[in-house]
Amino acid sequence: MKRHLISAADLSREDAIGVLDTAAELASVAGRPIRKLPTLRGRTVVNLFYEDSTRTRTSFEAAAKRLSADVINFSAKGSSVAKGESLKDTALTLEAMGADAIVIRHPASGAPHRLAGWVTGNVINAGDGTHEHPTQALLDAFTMRQRLASGGASGSGPAGAGLDGVRVTIVGDVLHSRVARSNVLLLSELGAEVTLVAPPTLMPYAVQTWPCDISYDLDAELGKSDVVMMLRVQHERMNAAYFPSIREYRRRYGLDTARMARLPDHAIVMHPGPMNRGVEIAAEVADSPRSTIVAQVANGVTVRMAVLYLMLGGAEETS
Amino acid sequence: MTEDWLIRGARIAGGEPADIHLSGGVIAAVGTGLSAPGARVLDAAGLVVLPGLVDLHTHLREPGREDAETVATGTRAAALGGYTAVHAMANTEPVADTAGVVEQVWRLGEQAGYVDVRPVGAVTIGLAGKNLAELGAMADSAARVRVFSDDGHCVADPLLMRRALEYVKAFDGVIAQHAQEPRLTEGAQLNEGEVASKLGLAGWPAAAEEAIIARDCLLAAHTGSALHVCHVSTAGSVEIIRWAKSKGWRVTAEVTPHHLLLTDDLAEGYDTVFKVNPPLRTKADVDALRAGLADGTIDCVATDHAPHPVEAKEAEWAEAAMGMTGLETALRVVQLAMVDTGLLDWAGVADRMSVRPARIGRVAAHGQPLTPGRPGHITCYDPAAGPEAVDPASHASKSRNSPFGGMELPGRVVATFLRGTATVIDGKVTR
Repeated sequence: MKRHLISAADLSREDAIGVLDTAAELASVAGRPIRKLPTLRGRTVVNLFYEDSTRTRTSFEAAAKRLSADVINFSAKGSSVAKGESLKDTALTLEAMGADAIVIRHPASGAPHRLAGWVTGNVINAGDGTHEHPTQALLDAFTMRQRLASGGASGSGPAGAGLDGVRVTIVGDVLHSRVARSNVLLLSELGAEVTLVAPPTLMPYAVQTWPCDISYDLDAELGKSDVVMMLRVQHERMNAAYFPSIREYRRRYGLDTARMARLPDHAIVMHPGPMNRGVEIAAEVADSPRSTIVAQVANGVTVRMAVLYLMLGGAEETS
Repeated sequence: MTEDWLIRGARIAGGEPADIHLSGGVIAAVGTGLSAPGARVLDAAGLVVLPGLVDLHTHLREPGREDAETVATGTRAAALGGYTAVHAMANTEPVADTAGVVEQVWRLGEQAGYVDVRPVGAVTIGLAGKNLAELGAMADSAARVRVFSDDGHCVADPLLMRRALEYVKAFDGVIAQHAQEPRLTEGAQLNEGEVASKLGLAGWPAAAEEAIIARDCLLAAHTGSALHVCHVSTAGSVEIIRWAKSKGWRVTAEVTPHHLLLTDDLAEGYDTVFKVNPPLRTKADVDALRAGLADGTIDCVATDHAPHPVEAKEAEWAEAAMGMTGLETALRVVQLAMVDTGLLDWAGVADRMSVRPARIGRVAAHGQPLTPGRPGHITCYDPAAGPEAVDPASHASKSRNSPFGGMELPGRVVATFLRGTATVIDGKVTR
């Protein structure tokens, strides 16, 4: 693996499968009475969060702690120039405190790139602006492999397997979604066939150059989907004329029980959270057996353990 | 206290070698085998001599942002780049929207003495796009302002733009428009295209520039007024301007050196030195801009020299300042993009970097033919020097935000003369 995990494109197919296989092995730890491994004892992981995200921060925190790393949570609101210390100065401060890895969540696309230029430790992107969120894509891939592939240890899918031929439909605000960008890159690398579904206003410019198919019609895609991943849609988008109303959005792009019934029997429903119940996803769908939303959260910890283990563990801990 | 110089064997605008005698601030004689007893001699064999370069678009930052640049440091950089006149943009603090501010900038230029500084006046008070600034007072001031621009902001209100175009006809002024439709570019960070989508940066669509240019061309036609389009960056803009010129309308345009050479994919590492407004575009745009400059659709090269202190660029992309320095590299970039590619000869460079910008900016004494009796504004350039990597740390500009840092560029400005007096000799300022 590369030194930093900033984009899903930093992962080769072998790297990604390595993460998923490692996560599958680590998943067994979660079932033990003592859920802690000594692997990263004495290493320091900093969670540098410029956005509120209890979900992602606690997931990384739990992952690091289960590997016995010391965890420092550093919350900073807003962005550099307007408020207080610059990102560079914060980076140098954390470096001086001995951060071995920095997990960064930031509202500005590219902030982890900039950070990586200023520190010697590993940088892990926990979501930057509308750019990427690679560990979310890894946990999504892990969840798909777990649910759709048969066999393998602890129900995590067969070791060494990718997602070849799995048809994934990602629905919603692709334009502003870092989850969609990372998933398109990672899932296509793993052999999945990805289709993006959104109103044309919420598709990125030049999206036809991405390694995926494009559709404006959710109903046309349902019958051929192994996975439907719903993205959060924000009410503010309505005010910027991306769509006329929440009601119309729900009617055309929301996943309700009628649409869920048209999915193949084995198909699963995913959501990166936090959900807008009743907007992009109906409560009955979110709570149905097809939904992997709770499993995604659990898998998030495991996959982030695998990333930290592979990036930080390595040579020092072979004993 | 003018100097006496004999420039030997230089190729005037790339022509046959000749000698030039500078005396009394003017060109005293041009010919072969000239003698000028007592004159200092510059051996210019192999050098190209151009009329002193004129920049229509320079940000000198003074008053207000002296941490980025001052009139003194910016004009020193200009002289080193071969310039003898620059137009200082109005977005200072306070804004150059009154006679007082433009006279201050003009006077600082006179004191520095490296180039002639022609202040640009703001079109609207505070660049706010609401009320016309006192354009006539600035025109009548000691600074004799003729170019007016809200650069950095678009005069987006169509009625206000129409009035401004009409009003400046009274004193032969020109409105230089920063063409950027504001609603289409809210929060825009990078050319709307493949790269911006991949990077998750808000797009700056070409149509937002082209829509304003098309509108303004129609307004210029309707009012019979002079429009100058700043930093044209898209292939579509070139098409529109070509069409407007074909109608005989009074429309002129400029292109920056960086838009002639650099493309948006350079932003892939989020290196903020490549953040500029309008943004870097695509290869197809670069090709169209070069073709437009070559055929004269685009009248001139203007640097949009936009210095920023280090901390303004050492930030997240969305937070970083927009702009690039350019005065000290412009001619070298033009050689690489236009001359070495065969698109423009040195006579063409003289036309696009001196003659036409002087005419557009109403700077009568500049951009003149290099013949006896004309003002002694001269640039001596060695196109055979280098190529050598650009080192922003060595620049005379106070700021280091050159996008060409580390790039191998050909050529070297050897000497610059302002009114017959050397401001630069052997690539160094004379004082």
